[in-house]
Formats: sequence, structure tokens, C-alpha cells
Amino acid sequence: MRTSTQRRSWVIALPVMLLLLWTVVYPNVAVIVGSFENGLEHWREFAASPADREALRTSLVISVASVLASLAIGVPLAFLLGRFEFPGRRLLRAVATLPAALPPLVGVIAFLFLYGESGLITRSVQRAFGMAEAPWRLQGVPAIVFVHAYTMYVYVFLFVSAGLERFDATLDEAASGLGAGTWQRLRRVTLPLLMPAVAGSMLLVFMNSLGSFSAPYVFGGGLRVLSTQILASKINGAMGLAYVETTVLALSAVAGLLLFRWIDRKRKYTLASKGGRTRRVIGSRRTQVLTSVLAAAIVITLILPHLMVILVSFARDGVWTTQVLPPEYTLENYRRLFSEAELWRPITNSVSMALVATAANVVICFLAAYLIVLRRFTGRRLLELLVALPWAIPATAIALGLAATFNQNDLLTGRVLLVGTFWILPLAYFIRDIPLVASAVEGSLRQMDPSLEDAARGLGASWLLTMRRVILPAARPGLVAGALLAAVTAVGEFVASVVLYTHANRPISMEILAQLRALAFGTAAAYSVLLILLVLAMTLVARSFEERLA
Amino acid sequence: MTAAPSARGRDDGALALAGITRRFGDYTAVDNVAFEVAPGELLGLVGASGSGKTTTLRIVAGYEAPDAGTVTLGGTDITNIPPEKRGFGMVFQHYALFPHMSVAHNVAFGLEARGVNKTERLEKARQALAAVGLEGAGDRATQSLSGGEQQRVALARAMVIEPRALLLDEPLSNLDPTLRQTMRNDLRAMLRRVGVPALFVTHDQEDAFAISDRIALLKLGKLLQVGTAEELYHAPISREVAAFIGRGTILPAVDNGDRAAVTIGAKTIDVRVTRAAGAASRFEHAYVVLRPDELALTNSDDDQAWSGRISNRRFAGGTVVYRVELAEDVVVEVESETGTEREGDLVGVTPSAGPFPLVPR
Repeated sequence: MRTSTQRRSWVIALPVMLLLLWTVVYPNVAVIVGSFENGLEHWREFAASPADREALRTSLVISVASVLASLAIGVPLAFLLGRFEFPGRRLLRAVATLPAALPPLVGVIAFLFLYGESGLITRSVQRAFGMAEAPWRLQGVPAIVFVHAYTMYVYVFLFVSAGLERFDATLDEAASGLGAGTWQRLRRVTLPLLMPAVAGSMLLVFMNSLGSFSAPYVFGGGLRVLSTQILASKINGAMGLAYVETTVLALSAVAGLLLFRWIDRKRKYTLASKGGRTRRVIGSRRTQVLTSVLAAAIVITLILPHLMVILVSFARDGVWTTQVLPPEYTLENYRRLFSEAELWRPITNSVSMALVATAANVVICFLAAYLIVLRRFTGRRLLELLVALPWAIPATAIALGLAATFNQNDLLTGRVLLVGTFWILPLAYFIRDIPLVASAVEGSLRQMDPSLEDAARGLGASWLLTMRRVILPAARPGLVAGALLAAVTAVGEFVASVVLYTHANRPISMEILAQLRALAFGTAAAYSVLLILLVLAMTLVARSFEERLA
Repeated sequence: MTAAPSARGRDDGALALAGITRRFGDYTAVDNVAFEVAPGELLGLVGASGSGKTTTLRIVAGYEAPDAGTVTLGGTDITNIPPEKRGFGMVFQHYALFPHMSVAHNVAFGLEARGVNKTERLEKARQALAAVGLEGAGDRATQSLSGGEQQRVALARAMVIEPRALLLDEPLSNLDPTLRQTMRNDLRAMLRRVGVPALFVTHDQEDAFAISDRIALLKLGKLLQVGTAEELYHAPISREVAAFIGRGTILPAVDNGDRAAVTIGAKTIDVRVTRAAGAASRFEHAYVVLRPDELALTNSDDDQAWSGRISNRRFAGGTVVYRVELAEDVVVEVESETGTEREGDLVGVTPSAGPFPLVPR
């Protein structure tokens, strides 16, 4: 009996694990092996190259700075919204997560339109103070960290907010009852208990910054970071060096992962309370006004990028040069997107590739999550590792691995020619989103009483009927949420796309970049708006789907 | 769903376990357990947590496979039959009602699995709900039910498939005390009506006493004794059984056959004793179980009494329970109907005519 249960688990687990080994592990192994193809030569080359040493250093500096900047914004904002009541709180809460809804490249170009040398804010400041030149240049490490902080503080904010919500108010009350003052309570009770949430979000920001491509690519100027260095080496045909750079990037990510694990090592408790703390109304009238003004300023800062992209999408291409705002507005950009086949192509490309990737994510991640949560079999640990692995590997590294592996048909080594075909990008998107979808489904399945499966079987239900009538309905909220997230990230994906795209299968993000390079700001912005609308539409579809079924 | 009659052995539908053993690594959760449940009989599997009672139940249900031993039903070996083919009705500790299905669909699910058409299965579900006192609850969401109602739904779901045996995991543990009392009686009546072997697991001996015909007592994976509640209470087979079932102080005694000499402090009193059926007629190391209801308070100078001081007095409804310290490390509980004595009083404790249970070491 027990062995037959094991056997049944393996019947599903084996294909899933083989697929993951083939698509996730194998390409990365190929990269590492490739870096040694001439012995240590490529590694010496890397070590001797000042550009590569600089890139590694800059990547790490940017990542650490991004973490600190995100903390500086996310933690106070979470406290402000979680602990205090003031006019405008609900509005601020509603827009606080908005930056995360911007596809990575769109955020970057929004910043360009606002704070770039000829951006709205830059020009306004220049005019206001009658300066001859732009007061700042949106370039280099500060510019990249600025954009990162804007898009990534959301992780810190969400994690800390969730931590605060679960925070047991009686702990705070107990501390004050024992005579601890505000500052002491914060330092000795609140912050230590929030540390797991803070550490988790720091790790997310670190990993995202390390793998970030769009900001360094657009604002970097002559700056080198590892991810852009990898693409440069690949374009120059120095694949061996690209493999070394990729390995170093992946190792940095793993080192970061281990470092944060170590920081979080002392956690032996969980915040299990339902919280139930009421927010404190700010007493002093003056503080209240100040807080609301501050909140308003934050709200404007947060929605400005979106508004700017929408505004520019109506600007006629090529006419916005030295003015504060684009001088001429038109619907021409949108009309062209829908009428010119060449411009319409990236849209159908992105949508179809995202759909294919998401469908694969739904099937594979559902099976994996089912096996991980509800089955006890010998390979469970390995499967868990395989599913989490893409999360620890920067997207550039994933993409380069795919480029190195699926570039020829060779059944003996398990290689299939996918590079240059439609399938390579959906595969990359699929891999990137495995951890996301799997953990969403795992979350739903963990909430299910495991005895439901036993109960169904005890009542005579076959495995298939149990799956269809019990497991799938239980997994559905996670499946819908995971599928939505996967589709949203896939449709705007840039980092892996820039390594693997061809002209025929170019996604929206690549087309935005191309239009930007051609100084067709209006068209680039129109694509961006379309991307935002696509994300919005998918969110609404997912929500109504969920409501209809609930 | 009738039991396939077997060519050999009993074919009356009895559930039998023989030599059931289950190990988890080095740890033996169930150790060579054997017992039988006759059709219509209610057997309570009783033990503390970690005694292996739930593992045993899961083995009977087919969710766990034993490392050794067999489970038979009506003489047919079902050890290797998967749960979905056993046709048993199981009530889970937390009921395991499907949260996304209505009450009626929950109850009808087992029939759905058997390919019964929708009209028929919903009609049967309606009848089953009526049988557990939940007429008209079919359209409700399971979350809107009280704990007692959820339990009845779980029971209806297990019974509607006309199970060959009923298995219940801690069926009363999630109910509040008052509901628990009524459910004990209802449960017993409902299980009786089904007429199949019913096995239920509980850590609560009062539940076991109230519901079961017989009790199987497990400790650390080993079966200590199987018998009626009275047998376990009045004629325990070992010290362990005596310590688990009922209250009482267990003291060494000199075994003289029908009687035993019990020495506390300087005073030896001869009491009438009884022992479990089949036990040795003399125990080398014997222990007597002094139950509170078989002891009475008298004067401290009574020569048929051990004397001591009352250390604690507890009102228990109809009676008062005294803790009396008879010697260093010897404290007995005495149930008294009058209850005039106070804490600190010097009293005598005298045994009744008995018999008192006598157990070996």
C-alpha cells in the first residue's frame, strides 16, 4: 500500500522533475561547464578585466544601496499607514503599491520623462531657478538606485505592513505595562518581531537589484554592471566570458541568499496573532496637517510616473525637445499601433507568449505544489529545491543558460533548437515564474485540511475525481492569483527577453526600447500605456473569474 | 457494497486486526496489535496521545500500511486494499467537510464517486441528513453549521454510502461539554442502527465509557487490554490499565488469593480482592487499586482503618472528595456523601467489603 502510494506519487513527480531538471538545472550547469571550456582561461580573462571587476563591484554597490533606500522608504511608510489614522490615509494606502504594477521598463522610461535631462521635473526646476543647464543628470549609480527604490520599496512596504498587521498588540501593551517607553518598545519588541519580514523583503530587493537590467541599461551611461556586461559579451561573441560573468552573477545571488538566511537565523517564533490593533489618531492638529501634506506629496510622487507615461503617449513623436511639456498632442501614436502591422506585431507576440508561458506554469506548478504539500515521497525535498531554484538565479543568467543550451538539435545531450524560434521566450518566462506560481498554489493547498483528500478517497473517490472535485477547488485561489502574476510579469518581461529575442518574436518591452532609441517617445509611451492596460485587464478578468466561481 | 463472503473463516462481516505493527524509523507506533469488532459492536480505541490509536485507525481505514499484520473484514484480507475500495465510512476529527460544497453535496459525494445519478444521490443525501436530525440543511454552506451540526453532516456522509464498517477519529473532541453529553447518546444510537462494526478513537475515557460496548486500551503502541468498561475498571489486567482507567491509589499488597494484605504506615488491613479473568492465581508482586468510592472516612482510632490527616477537600456535586495523607508518599482519595470533615482533620480511612482490583507488577 505504502509503496503503491509512493509509486503513484512518482508517476506524476518523475515527468515534472525531469522537465525541471532539463529546463532549469541543465542550462545553468551548461553555463558553469561552459565557463571552464578552456580550462581556467575565461576565468583569468574575467579576473584580469578591469571592466568586469568594476561591473561586479558596481552590481553589488547598487544592490546594497537599493536595499537601504527601499528600507528607508518602505519601513516608515508601513508604520505610518499601519499605526496612524490621518486624513488621506486610504488614498495613500491605495496608491502605495502602484509602482509594482509598472512593468520594469515602463517605470524606467517614466522616470526618464520626469527626471531625465529633458524631463518635466528637471525642466521645471531649471526654469524656476533660471539655470542654464539641467540641475542634475539622471545617470549612473544614483539614478539606478533612485529607480530601484521607487519600484522595489513596495516589497519592503508589503512585508512590513503584513508583519504589523499580524503583530500582537498585547505584546506592545505588555511591554508598556512593564514600564518600557515608546522608543524602547520599538527597539526591543516591535522591530525584533518584524525582523523576519524585514529580512525577507531585503532579500527580495537585493535579488531583484542584482538581476535588474532595465535601469542600468537605460541610465547606466558608461556604467558597467554584471547583467549588462553579460549581454555585451554575448553580443561580441565572447561566450566563454559571458559564461564566467553569468556564473559570477548567479554566485553573488546565492551568496546574498545565504547571507540573508544567516541574518534571519535566529527566528524561532512566528507572529500568529490576529493582531486587531486600532490605529492611533494623530492628536496634534499641526502634526495632522503636516502628515496629510506629506501624504499628498507622496501620493503625487507615486502616481506621477503613470500620469506622465499617459501624457507622453499622446505627444507627437519628435516634437518634444526643449519644452517643459510636450507641445503637441495627438491620437496618432495609438492609431499607428493598431493599424501598422509592424507595430501591432509586438503586442500579439507578448500576449501569445505570455499565455503559453502561463498555461505551462499553471499545469506544472499545480502538480508540483500538489506533490510538495500533500504527498509524502522520497523526492519531495528535491522537488521543493527545483521549484525554488529559478528564484535564486538572476533572469539574465537564466536567459544566457537557455541561449547556451537550446541552440542546436542534439538528442544525445538533450538539446533542442529553440533559440531564434517562438518557443524560447515563453520557456524563459515559464522558468522565471515557476517559484511565483508554485508558492501561490502551495499557499492555497496548505490552507486546505489535508484530511479532505483522505475523506474523498475514503468515500470511494478515484484519484482523478479527488483531484477534480477536492484538490483543484482548494488550489483555485492560488492558481488564479499565481496565473495572474505570471501573465502580468510575462507580458511586460524585459530582462530575459533582451538576451533571447529575435526580430520576429520581439515582445512589447523590446519594441519600447527600440522606439526610445529612435527618440519616438510618444510611441514608446503608447506601448507602455497599452502594457499597463493589459495588466489592468488581466487583473479584472482574474478577479471576475474568481468572483464568479466563489 | 456488501462484504464479499470468503470461503474460509468468519463471513459475518466482523472487522479483525491481527499482529498489526507500524514503525516510523526507529519508533514503533503500533506494536503487534490484535482485536476484533463484531457487526453492530462499538469498540472504543482508547489511549493517551502517542499511544498509536490514530495510526491504528488509519491502518484500518487504509491510509497507512502496516509493516506487519493483517486487517480482515468478514474473513477477507483487506490489508492491501486502498481506502477508496474499502467502502468504509470515516468521520474525521475535524470532520473534513469539503468547504466548497453545500451540505447536500458533501453527503452525496460518496455516491457521486460510485456513479449514482444526481437525482438519486441528492435524494439519498436528503434522507441521510434527516436520519441525523438535519432535515432541510442540504443547501447550507458547511461553514454556517455549528460544531455539532458539522459532526452530524460528517456522520451522514459516512453512513449514506452504506459502509461495511464505520471509523470515527475523536468524534466528540471538538464539541463543547454540554453538546458532548447529548452527542454521546445520539452517536451511540445512530451507530447501533447501522449494524456494521464501528471503531472509534478517543483519548477521553468518559467518552469511551459512554459510547462503546467494549474498549481497547493502547499505550505506547501496545494493546494493554480489551474488554467492557466494567471489566477494565473492576478487573484491570495490569498496573498500567488500573492507572489509566478510573481514579484510585495503587499500593503494594501481599497476595493471599481471595484476599490481600495492605500495609500503610504501621497498620495492615486485609481486603477482599478480585483479578482479571485468566490472570495468574497468585502474583509474586501484587498491587491493590484503592478506588475512592470503595473507601470511607471513620474515626482515626478505628482498628479497621488507616489513620491520616486530610490535606485537601473538594466538593464534587453529590459527594465530597477528600485527599488523605496516610503516610509519607501515600495519599488516597476518599469519596464521602456527608462531607462534614475539614482540611487538617485527623481521620481514619476504612476499605469497603470490596472486592478491590488486584494487579501484578
